[in-house]
Amino acid sequence: MTLLDIAFYFFALVTLVSAGIVVFSRNMIYSAFSLLFTFFGVVGLYVLLSADFLAVTQLLIYVGGILVLLLFGVMLTTRILDVEMKTGALQTVPAALLIALMAGTLCGMFWITDWKAIRGEPHFTTTAASLGELFMTTYALPFEVASIVLLVALLGAAMIARRERAK
Amino acid sequence: MHVGLTHYLILSAILFSLGVFGVVTRRNAVMVLMGVELILNSANINFVAFSRYVTPGIDGQAIAVFVIILAASEAAIALAIVLNIYKQFNTVNVDEISALKE
Repeated sequence: MTLLDIAFYFFALVTLVSAGIVVFSRNMIYSAFSLLFTFFGVVGLYVLLSADFLAVTQLLIYVGGILVLLLFGVMLTTRILDVEMKTGALQTVPAALLIALMAGTLCGMFWITDWKAIRGEPHFTTTAASLGELFMTTYALPFEVASIVLLVALLGAAMIARRERAK
Repeated sequence: MHVGLTHYLILSAILFSLGVFGVVTRRNAVMVLMGVELILNSANINFVAFSRYVTPGIDGQAIAVFVIILAASEAAIALAIVLNIYKQFNTVNVDEISALKE
C-alpha cells in the first residue's frame, strides 16, 4: 500500500460519502454544500490520474460556477420563510432496488472484464500545453462548436431567466 | 491491493448509481440537477481513468473538458428554466408540474 493508494482511498471515501449525503439528505442546503466535497474528491482523483489541467478546470467550473448556480437555484426556488428547505422523495424502495441491481451489474461487469490495463507508476507531467495543442489540431472543430454552444447557452439562459411574464 | 483501473471504474459506477438514484427519487428539480451533475462527474472519471490506464495519452482528458463545458451550459439553462417554472407555478416539484403552461 503506497502513499498514492492511501490518497486514492481517501479521495474515494470523500467523494462517495459526500455524494451519499447529496442524494439522501432531506435538507437541500446540506445537499448543495455536500456536493462541494464531492467535487473536491473528484478533483483529487483527477490529480491522482495525472490530469492536472482537468483538476483545475473542475475546481474552477464546478465549484466556482455550477455549485454557486445550484445554490442560487436552491435559495431562489424555496420559500425560505414558511417552508423548511426540504425535498421529498418518490418511490424510494423500488428505485433503490432497481439501482442496487444496476450498480451491482456495473461493478460486476467492471470487475470481470479484462481491460488490458497498463501497470506501473503514474508519471506526473503537465498536460495544459499538450491539451491546448490537441484542441487546436485534432479537436479544432469540436472546440469551436463547444464555444458556440456555450455562447448560445449563456444567451439563452439569460433570456429565459429574465423574460417577463406576458399578461 | 494496488489501486488500478478497476478501482476507479467501480468508484464511478457507485457515483453514477447514486446520481441516478437522486434523479429518479427526488421531487425537487434542483435536486434532480444535482443528480445529473453526479452522473456527469462519474462519466468524467471513467474517461480520465481510461486515458490513464488503457490508451495512454490525453484524448480522454480532452473529452472530459468537453463534458465539463456541456455540464456548465446544461446547469445554466436548466436553472433558468427552473426559475421560470417557479415564477409560473410557484413550485419546483417535478411531480406537480405536468403542464407546459397554466
